[in-house]
Amino acid sequence: MLAARLVRLVATILVVSFVTFMMVNLLPGDPINALVPPESQNDQEFVEQLREEFGLNDPMMVRYANWLGDAVTGDLGKSVITSQPVAGEIWRRLPITAELALVSIGFSLFIAIPLGTLSAYKQGKRVDQSISAAAQVSLSIPNFVLGLLLIYVFAMRLQWLPATGWTRLTESVSGNIKSVLLPAMSLALAEIAVYTRVVRSDMISTLQEDYILSARAKGLKDRFILFRHALRPSSLTLITVVGLNVGALIGGTVVIETLFAIPGLGKRLLDAVFQRDFLMIQGITVFVAVVYVTINTLVDIIYMLVDPRIRKKA
Amino acid sequence: MSSPLDKDVYAIRPPSNRSPLAAALSSSPSPSRFRMVFRVFWAMPIVTKLCTFWLTTIILAAIFADFIPKLADPNYQGFLFGTDVTNDGQSWHHWLGTDNNSRDILSRLIYGTRVSLTVAVTAVAFGTFFGGLLGSFVGYVRGRREAAIMASIDVILAFPALVLLLTVVTLLGKRNLLVISLVVGVLAIPRYARVARANALAISRREFVAAARAIGTKDRTILWREVIPNVMPTVFAYALVAAAVTVVLEGTLAFLGLSVQAPTPSWGVMINASRADLRINIWPVIWPSLMLVFTVYSLNNVGDWFRIRTAHKAAAL
Repeated sequence: MLAARLVRLVATILVVSFVTFMMVNLLPGDPINALVPPESQNDQEFVEQLREEFGLNDPMMVRYANWLGDAVTGDLGKSVITSQPVAGEIWRRLPITAELALVSIGFSLFIAIPLGTLSAYKQGKRVDQSISAAAQVSLSIPNFVLGLLLIYVFAMRLQWLPATGWTRLTESVSGNIKSVLLPAMSLALAEIAVYTRVVRSDMISTLQEDYILSARAKGLKDRFILFRHALRPSSLTLITVVGLNVGALIGGTVVIETLFAIPGLGKRLLDAVFQRDFLMIQGITVFVAVVYVTINTLVDIIYMLVDPRIRKKA
Repeated sequence: MSSPLDKDVYAIRPPSNRSPLAAALSSSPSPSRFRMVFRVFWAMPIVTKLCTFWLTTIILAAIFADFIPKLADPNYQGFLFGTDVTNDGQSWHHWLGTDNNSRDILSRLIYGTRVSLTVAVTAVAFGTFFGGLLGSFVGYVRGRREAAIMASIDVILAFPALVLLLTVVTLLGKRNLLVISLVVGVLAIPRYARVARANALAISRREFVAAARAIGTKDRTILWREVIPNVMPTVFAYALVAAAVTVVLEGTLAFLGLSVQAPTPSWGVMINASRADLRINIWPVIWPSLMLVFTVYSLNNVGDWFRIRTAHKAAAL
């Protein structure tokens, strides 16, 4: 079971890397144009020399095999614009994006789990209706709109937090917390809404179970039943949804890092996109897709660990 | 001591899981199409009615923008000719004020609606047509064809949507409304196909499909007469919610400077162009943001309503 899952993971990663490679290389727009400075566009000899240097004259499959062989050893090629290694650039920027994503996931779960539980506990009551309505509104606010509003209120009017930039954790802890707060909140709002809905609907069906009735019959307190008996079986869908949501989160970090001028992976991807830096685009896209696919495989495995019923079936 | 848990455990539930409204809707004798539409509208809760009204308004505004009398040219920069000032507040000439290039905000909002709606409509059309048919087909025939098509769909879905969109849009180079709509449309197909397949799987196991097969109906006929008509309402309900996602996606691309090229106005472009002047004048950012939020909320709300309604109908099938 576990082995089959891992084989599928490796297969998916291979296909994903192939598709990215083909996409970057087959779509119109010769990558050589990004390499050649405008003044030497007509210098055929120089253009040809560059083509040879970047291996653009080899057949497509040879180039893919070469690139993949290097990628496995951790060499994703060099940026055609800055000639920095792509892998090094990814490692330098990954901690920033990872911190942003983790803080926003933690933040949203911290709020969504109690809210969803409360909503299920008071199903149909005014509290539940208000929470559902608020969730629907939160889902409709794009993250960059929220980010701009937060900047306006907390950075410009109140001047509590910085509007842009990033302080690394190693430089200053309080500075780091200050710089992560607004971007993480902008990413978290929509997630809170999604997770609240998921927890609510799972919790409602768990609360119909017989063992909840027997727990009540024993005279256990409601709070104890909700958080110690009902929460764990109700968190299965939540784990899956959190895993699937990582995709939206990665997309979100591109926007939010651009808005808050944070030097993360998303911002680097966007810069590469504007510079038509094809090796950088290729490297970051493959990396991101591999992370996303791996996280979802991990989620499936965690799922097995949390729910003994699935483990037994396997 | 009473607690809400008591009620959940002991309450006697009504045997039907259909709301009285849904029951009234489906049992009505078939009236004219116009009255059907009207009936559906009256059955909505007040908020959903307002959302439908809002969506109708912006669709009409987008189509007839050229015919609205006295509407300013969205790209006219009056300050160059001394007739207007930049970052003006609300006035009789500019109902919502002007932006940092002294262009009329209201007019740009209305023309910007065209971009959002064109992209959304293309995505919905591509998704329901290609995704809906593809998903219904593989959900019904199963076997090797299903495995192959679903595997390729999974590969596309392995990329975070925005990252894939960014990459494709950049590599294509050209960024007019047609290209953006087509790319968003094509990338919408896999998700629709998944929704359609899941429903087609369930429908194909129903008695009426077995009955059709038992009397020797051809597979193709079963697919077109039994499966697809029953899958499509669910796909349509999904399409409304997916359209909301598309509107946000286009807004995001525009905000990043990767949607339609200037000077075509789009809500995301307007937000991006005015955000540098946030400290001086927040209104040029607020208005397009409100348009985005209202539109996305309306699509979500109407979509949710249709989803619940089609679920009731499917249960009654």
